[in-house]
Amino acid sequence: MSTLEITENKAAAKQETPTQISGSKAVMEALLSEGVDTVFGYPGGAIMPIYDALYDYTDRLKHILVRHEQGGIHAAQGYARTSGRTGVVFATSGPGATNLVTGLADAMIDSNPIVCITGQVFASLLGTDAFQETDVINITAPVTKWNYQVTDATEIPAALAKAFYIASTGRPGPVLIDITKNAQIQLFDYFGYEKCNHVRSYRPAPQVRKEYIEQAAELINNAKKPFVLFGQGIILGKAEEEFKAFIEKTGIPSAATVMGLSALPTDHKLHVGMLGMHGNYAPNVMTNECDVLIAIGMRFDDRVTGRLDKYAKQAKVIHLDIDPAEIDKNVQTTVPVWGDCKESLPMLTELVKAVDHSAWLAQFRELEKEEIKEVITDELHPKTDIMTMGEVINVLNELTGGDAIITTDVGQHQMVTCRYAKFNKSKSNVTSGGLGTMGFGLPAAIGAWYGAPEKTVVAIIGDGGIQMTIQELGTIMQFGAKVKIMILNNEFLGMVRQWQQLFHDKRYSFVNITSPDFVAVAKGYYIDGQKISERKDLRNALQTMLDHDGAYLLEVMVGKENNVFPMVAQGTSVSEIRLK
Amino acid sequence: MEKQEYTITLYTENSIGLIGRISTIFSRRKINIESLNTSPSEVEGIHRFTIVITEAEDVLRKLCRQLEKQIDILKAYYNTNDEVIWQEQALYKVPADVVNEKVYVERLLRQYGANVVVIRNDYIVFETAGHREEIDKLTEELTKYGLIEFVRGARIAIIKDSAGFHSKLVQFEAQEPSIEIVENEYLDKRDDVFTM
Repeated sequence: MSTLEITENKAAAKQETPTQISGSKAVMEALLSEGVDTVFGYPGGAIMPIYDALYDYTDRLKHILVRHEQGGIHAAQGYARTSGRTGVVFATSGPGATNLVTGLADAMIDSNPIVCITGQVFASLLGTDAFQETDVINITAPVTKWNYQVTDATEIPAALAKAFYIASTGRPGPVLIDITKNAQIQLFDYFGYEKCNHVRSYRPAPQVRKEYIEQAAELINNAKKPFVLFGQGIILGKAEEEFKAFIEKTGIPSAATVMGLSALPTDHKLHVGMLGMHGNYAPNVMTNECDVLIAIGMRFDDRVTGRLDKYAKQAKVIHLDIDPAEIDKNVQTTVPVWGDCKESLPMLTELVKAVDHSAWLAQFRELEKEEIKEVITDELHPKTDIMTMGEVINVLNELTGGDAIITTDVGQHQMVTCRYAKFNKSKSNVTSGGLGTMGFGLPAAIGAWYGAPEKTVVAIIGDGGIQMTIQELGTIMQFGAKVKIMILNNEFLGMVRQWQQLFHDKRYSFVNITSPDFVAVAKGYYIDGQKISERKDLRNALQTMLDHDGAYLLEVMVGKENNVFPMVAQGTSVSEIRLK
Repeated sequence: MEKQEYTITLYTENSIGLIGRISTIFSRRKINIESLNTSPSEVEGIHRFTIVITEAEDVLRKLCRQLEKQIDILKAYYNTNDEVIWQEQALYKVPADVVNEKVYVERLLRQYGANVVVIRNDYIVFETAGHREEIDKLTEELTKYGLIEFVRGARIAIIKDSAGFHSKLVQFEAQEPSIEIVENEYLDKRDDVFTM
């Protein structure tokens, strides 16, 4: 069965007469009714009844046995990000559940729709410090959109229906359902599964108010130097076309946040690059030059704004967001357009006039030339023998044409990838933007591949991050995810080293990390690979990796002390961005 | 913006663990909860939290947005002390002989409208209700006369210009919310709150 096929909703109808089933079977029925086809998980004592029920459903539910629960949830995140569907994770109680916490925090801050189902000790043992008992509900409360403990099987259908509804609607986020073992075993009268479409205390998306659309349109129509910032909200709202129509009609230069990358093809004529600390020169400088700033589905993260009291003070700000808590949180808005951008953008497009902003756009291109001269040329075409991360990405672009899904870990390689990777299609950039979770890249790539198995998935990872979740090579080995793993090895924890060089007088404190023979490690997992350290081998090695039928690990030795520039140093304004 | 005392009123579902989610919204930002009361509300099945903190208004506004973001919270309001009718209750355990022998103490208790709850040979328990300052003052005075035990309850408050939650709940329960629905209140009141 293809992972993209949505399972037919056989159990969705309510039954007149009940059937006696176990809580665990009700979990399986719920997953099928929600169209789930892939689950990432790891069994254990308190979730054994669910795994027992799963045994009879393996023809309809694909279960990927990960090597660590953190890997499981990152894989589910990768799956959610490339498929646009809700990722599902199974874990047991105690350590199984606590191992999910990093992934939950990551999914929370990056708005990934995830449903985690954790086993819990018998309800009668709650609070007794029983074996593998942890208060998972309280531990995960701050990092879940919603969580709930089920102690009675009759609650399972409704709890899961609510979980899937909450995880995937409005601003998506992770939901955790903790099910005690007695509830998993318990037989109860099952009346079928009914999807949830309303929770009275939860309003996923407010109605878009016409008057604010009108005010926004007026500001845009009178703007001389309008500037669009777009984030992941475009992708989450499935509003890529609506967004393109809006900017193409108005001709407004548009820049992406890290999470917004791939919402608009990289080579679109109005795409002026990436915002933020290691973003492009022009969009950062122009933020403090524009007269109307139109922020769409982004949240003015501190890595985007730099010093807040010197951020776009001259501009009127229009903020389109589905989450009311984001409006005026960091940047004071002139016009708040609160709602789903899939709905609000077409309303706005209808009211805005086509204005010629080519002179304004040309100013961006002028600054871009400066960045090309000062930074990009040397990064992509270095004159030294030592390879740069940028040139690796550049050759990868040439070979994939920008059609690959790229996952990254966190650090220098992540920023370089986000800066230089070409994205043709939406949902092809999978990175840990908000939490900055090292160890994200490899498991996310596994999930990303299950979410889009017809695509080439390349995981670009540093020599530090790969060692945090390297055990997931075992998952790849066992289940055959065709993930291309590219380690950019600079023999340092590069980003921390860069900061120590620039801001701590080059006192390199514990950034010197040694690595195992990665190719040999991969070989131990029966995954092919090679290591290269010379430019002459780069193109062939990348081609071999891409052509290989199956997973492949390529280790590329790059310059040890290269820095990522431009850079908005902490505590400075975006317009004070350094080119060197 | 200057810090002042605010009363937050939350209308919520009555769900286990919600209080933990609420408290982390404050503790995450290192904000002290000075008083917290939970009770039923005017609407059956809807719970009401009354929380007192001292912060600037822009902080309150953001806190209330974060609070409303919690799935089980229907609505969050914040009000200054001028905008609410509020009351706190206190119990005092005073040695019986002091009350019997000291005329000043007796006068004090009358002055503050303290009611006797329990009389025993060794002590008397009084109760008062009022604003914080009154309670604090009486406590201060009684301390001089061997106050044995003291406890003050959380603040409860009624919002002066609120019409209650009945009609709002109807809108919350509707599958298709009306344009006037609560979530837009914030937008409508924006001009009062912000200086552009």
